[in-house]
Amino acid sequence: MTTIRDLIDRLFGPKVASASSARSRLKMVLAHDRSDLSPAMLEQMRFEIMEVVSKYLELDDNAGELSLETEARATALIANLPIRRVKEQRCL
Amino acid sequence: MNDISCRSIVICSGKGGVGKTTLTANLGIALAKLGHPTCVLDADYGLRNLDLLLGLENRIVFTAQEVIMEDCRLEQALVKHKHEPHLALMPAGNPRMLDWFNPEHMQTLIKMLHDRFDYVLIDAPAGVEDGFKNAVAGAKEAIVVVNPEISSARDADRVVGLLRSEGLDPQHLVVNRVRPRMVEKLDMLSIDDILDILALPLLGVVEEDEQVIISANLGEPLALGKRKSAAGMAYGRIARRLDGEDVAMTDVSTKPVGFMDRLSTLMATKIL
Repeated sequence: MTTIRDLIDRLFGPKVASASSARSRLKMVLAHDRSDLSPAMLEQMRFEIMEVVSKYLELDDNAGELSLETEARATALIANLPIRRVKEQRCL
Repeated sequence: MNDISCRSIVICSGKGGVGKTTLTANLGIALAKLGHPTCVLDADYGLRNLDLLLGLENRIVFTAQEVIMEDCRLEQALVKHKHEPHLALMPAGNPRMLDWFNPEHMQTLIKMLHDRFDYVLIDAPAGVEDGFKNAVAGAKEAIVVVNPEISSARDADRVVGLLRSEGLDPQHLVVNRVRPRMVEKLDMLSIDDILDILALPLLGVVEEDEQVIISANLGEPLALGKRKSAAGMAYGRIARRLDGEDVAMTDVSTKPVGFMDRLSTLMATKIL
């Protein structure tokens, strides 16, 4: 389905509707407000989580990301850790 | 009237200027019109305005302050509304009340009002500090007022969290000052967005309405029904829902009117 506006958007680049950026910015800020986690604590957690995961997987050191997301009144901690490769199995 | 039948409801928002006092005044009028003895209590001791919106600023003799100090009887402080005899205002004392008034005082005050009224509506101050905590102390329920704006939504979320930690349940949500045309253009958070974020049951939606300012100028809340207005009717519906009546939510979408609307309708025409 295409509307005239879609066509114009495709020609000139879309005008971003501000409500959607309000929505995503709100979700982000509420996740932090609700959990009361400081950015420093989050960074420390990211570091420690990467340390643990690095025992098993080779990770891209700088790409790891830890974020908070919120849906209704539930907040989730989302880790995005790009894997370079799986380390060879070692017998423990 | 027994103690159990009285509902004490705090009206709060966190952010200022979203329409708490306007909602309190109109809901008070609307509930009184339904035949319920109703008291509106101004708990915004720093910046009181409920008296003005109700047009009762010249009738105040005693306030909550004198009641708590036992300098007057409860009936002496209550100001009966000019046009709506079921409605009474419990005025805020002077701003120095902020120094000594505490949650126990509020509970005492509400307990005194319980025997006389079906509804006690408490107009909370903006903010989440002591004044807010006092306002919440005597309430059993809460109405959270929010505007479809990013800062209002964030502050409302904080208030919802604080009310929860105080064990205040149920909480109702009123989305106020909605501009349907902006929502349609996706330049304003929609009702669904707000509900998704705050996860509270929706009590009502009020559109932005110039009549609100006019009615404040005159000291005659729209819910009195003297002038026909969308907001006034919305307040009436909110009162009936609060009172347990099953009133359908009305759609807040717009009909195209001006050139820009016709243009945006044209832009939305399907071509493929």
